Amino acid sequence: MTTTDIEKQVIEIVREQLDVKPEDCTLDKIFTDDLGADSLAIVELVLAFEEHFEIKIPDEEVENIKTVGDAVNYIRARRKA
Amino acid sequence: MTGRRVAITGVGLVSPLGVGNDENWRSLCAGKSGIGPITRFDASAMTTRFAGEVRDFDPTRWIPKKEVRQMDLFIQYAIAAAAMAVEDAKLGPPDDPERFGVYVGAGLGGLPFLESTHDSLREKGPRHGISPYFVPAIIVNLAPGQISIRHNYRGPNMSHVSACSTGAHSIGEAFHLIARGGADVMIAGGTEATVSPLAVGGFGSMRALSTRNDEPTKASRPFTLSRDGFVLSEGAGLLILEEWERAKARGARIYAEIVGYAATSDAHHITAPSPDGEGAQRCMRLALRDAGLPPEAVGYINAHGTSTGADATETGAIKAVFGEHARKLAVSSTKSMHGHLLGATGGLEAAICALALHHEVLPPTINLDDPDPECDLDYVPHEARKVAVDVALSNSFGFGGTNACLVFKRTG
Repeated sequence: MTTTDIEKQVIEIVREQLDVKPEDCTLDKIFTDDLGADSLAIVELVLAFEEHFEIKIPDEEVENIKTVGDAVNYIRARRKA
Repeated sequence: MTGRRVAITGVGLVSPLGVGNDENWRSLCAGKSGIGPITRFDASAMTTRFAGEVRDFDPTRWIPKKEVRQMDLFIQYAIAAAAMAVEDAKLGPPDDPERFGVYVGAGLGGLPFLESTHDSLREKGPRHGISPYFVPAIIVNLAPGQISIRHNYRGPNMSHVSACSTGAHSIGEAFHLIARGGADVMIAGGTEATVSPLAVGGFGSMRALSTRNDEPTKASRPFTLSRDGFVLSEGAGLLILEEWERAKARGARIYAEIVGYAATSDAHHITAPSPDGEGAQRCMRLALRDAGLPPEAVGYINAHGTSTGADATETGAIKAVFGEHARKLAVSSTKSMHGHLLGATGGLEAAICALALHHEVLPPTINLDDPDPECDLDYVPHEARKVAVDVALSNSFGFGGTNACLVFKRTG
């Protein structure tokens, strides 16, 4: 899976989960402050990433994933590992 | 109740008869049934395969799309009914939010969400099988909680849970709260959405449901000889209760005044009413005393009338309380049309009483083709009746032997 594929799929999941417009869902956006996610929405988002990309994201690492770009980078690193 | 007077200034209804007040009132006056085959799940293995389902409900009219899947249907119905009631009352945002509260209950709560979550738990395990929204999606008091968040009502917020009396207790408690000065405006009533395998199967297992599968619209037939159980239904019925002087000062349209309320317990059996309906009798008497009215003042009773054996008990209780006057007043069970909305039913039926006083029309008991000789009152059979009555009473009785009675007065 290329970085572009991952990026596309992450954005698609974020849009679906948080119900945001495509133009608002850019890599620099912070889930909480910019996209209106609360703590429960973050949990749901992380679980959706896990299911889609077949990885496990430990709770203690979730706090480092603050933006759409963070998620792409995290998933790319985990998929390579 | 001595204390401040309380007006009903808004109504919000979601039921098998329609989504919205006009839709419901038109169907009630036309004597239309809202009952039909179950479409919500595959009911082919059930002994009862019909129910009163809400049709054409689009939650996104009131709730952002992403939030819809974060809450059970009973909460969606409550949010929709609350929004319609607030709009109907022309309330606008609260001027003094701490004086605005919400008492909305449910009998069972979020069964469909619970059932589907249990399925996914078994399929995917706890990490991926249980949504982080599961708990707030199913617990009963998230109905009033969600309403308060949306309307900024910062006063008392809770759910009274008393099976089929839930809606009536919620309204009665809200009425007394305003009367004694604890709030100025309350959204009150009940909500329920349990057309699901566990509820239909559970009530079926008790042999409480009608099994008239070949004639769903004829199945809810209170006071008849051929009645064979209640018809499970769903929806929400909410009222805006408002302190009288406040409502008058802002020129609000007042449907009716709520003047009496009582709650009693049979202390007898988990599901059967006490012999002679002792608990129900006491409840009606205490509600009339609360209203400061003699039995002879009452012109209409919206009966609990579930289309079960208990219809005869209720009839007997009415005769015991009203004596000779029982022959002169009109009684109807609108459950013959909308079915039994469980925790929501008392809310819907209270709204029907208020609308009946306001429009001067008594909705009928349909399907009264073969009256039970033990049920020998004037049940307004088949057709609505144009008549202005001054005082209406609404009965609600729930499993656990819990009773509620509300008294309403015409304002025109």
